[in-house]
Amino acid sequence: MTTRNAKPDAHDITCRQAVSLMTDYLDDALGPDDRALMEAHLAECEGCAEHLRQIRITVAVTGRIREEDLAPAVRDDLMDLYRRWRRDRPAS
Amino acid sequence: MRLTITTDPEDVRGYSSPDPGEGELLGRLRAGDEEAFARLVDRHHAAMVRFARGYVRSPAVAEEVAQDAWLGLLRGLDRFEGRSSLRTWLFRIVANRAISAGLHERQHLPVDDSELEEDGGRFSQDGWWATPPVHWADEAVDRMVAPEQAARVRQLVEELPHAQRQVVTLRDVEGLPSADVCRILGISEGNQRVLLHRARARIRRHLEQEAVW
Repeated sequence: MTTRNAKPDAHDITCRQAVSLMTDYLDDALGPDDRALMEAHLAECEGCAEHLRQIRITVAVTGRIREEDLAPAVRDDLMDLYRRWRRDRPAS
Repeated sequence: MRLTITTDPEDVRGYSSPDPGEGELLGRLRAGDEEAFARLVDRHHAAMVRFARGYVRSPAVAEEVAQDAWLGLLRGLDRFEGRSSLRTWLFRIVANRAISAGLHERQHLPVDDSELEEDGGRFSQDGWWATPPVHWADEAVDRMVAPEQAARVRQLVEELPHAQRQVVTLRDVEGLPSADVCRILGISEGNQRVLLHRARARIRRHLEQEAVW
């Protein structure tokens, strides 16, 4: 706890601590006390609020790198695999 | 016929009905419906190969591991009880296949102490910002979601340390929930979040360099 500010809650954790807790915060994995500290800090600290926005964008950009398209040959191989399995499987 | 459209695959692939749910597909698969298998392959195979790449560097071997996992699914169909999502189950099989084939370098995902402080240099000794973050989140968001950026981020994810790559691939690329990722990789929630935190920190730094040149 520090007395450097009229709103001590915002300074109960440092910026370094706030940044280290951001993944837990985004996962909703902080206990109620830590969560309150984090939110008080974020409300007052523009640097950490910006860092959190950047992490959110990072997650969003990473979510866009999926490539779902299958080459036709790959798909054909898998369908062959399926047909072989069906042919060979013991009758149930 | 083209098979490479992601937006509305049903139109292109000529399936007989709109996208059915997972439970229905599994039921049809158990009844021997080939189309149900094709739909599952379209949904999950690319992600399985991507995940397998975390264990094996060679794309061809990753493809083999994923194919082998499909066979595992078919053979184990009757054992699947639907307690986790099918994707989680498939990833679990991929992980097991990669490991049992002796292809996995390390079964556990140790926390690498050398990187405990990804952003350490940015703070003063008492823990406040030494150099406050440059603001780019609002301004650069359009640029960040451009297709060229996706290619760079894909490359960056490939270059991450093994454990970080596994976690960020499952969490942020595939969008799986934390509990499923822990089950697939056999790690604790805490360990998982440390790895995720570092992976995101690296990717964030890269995006910052792109945003603020």
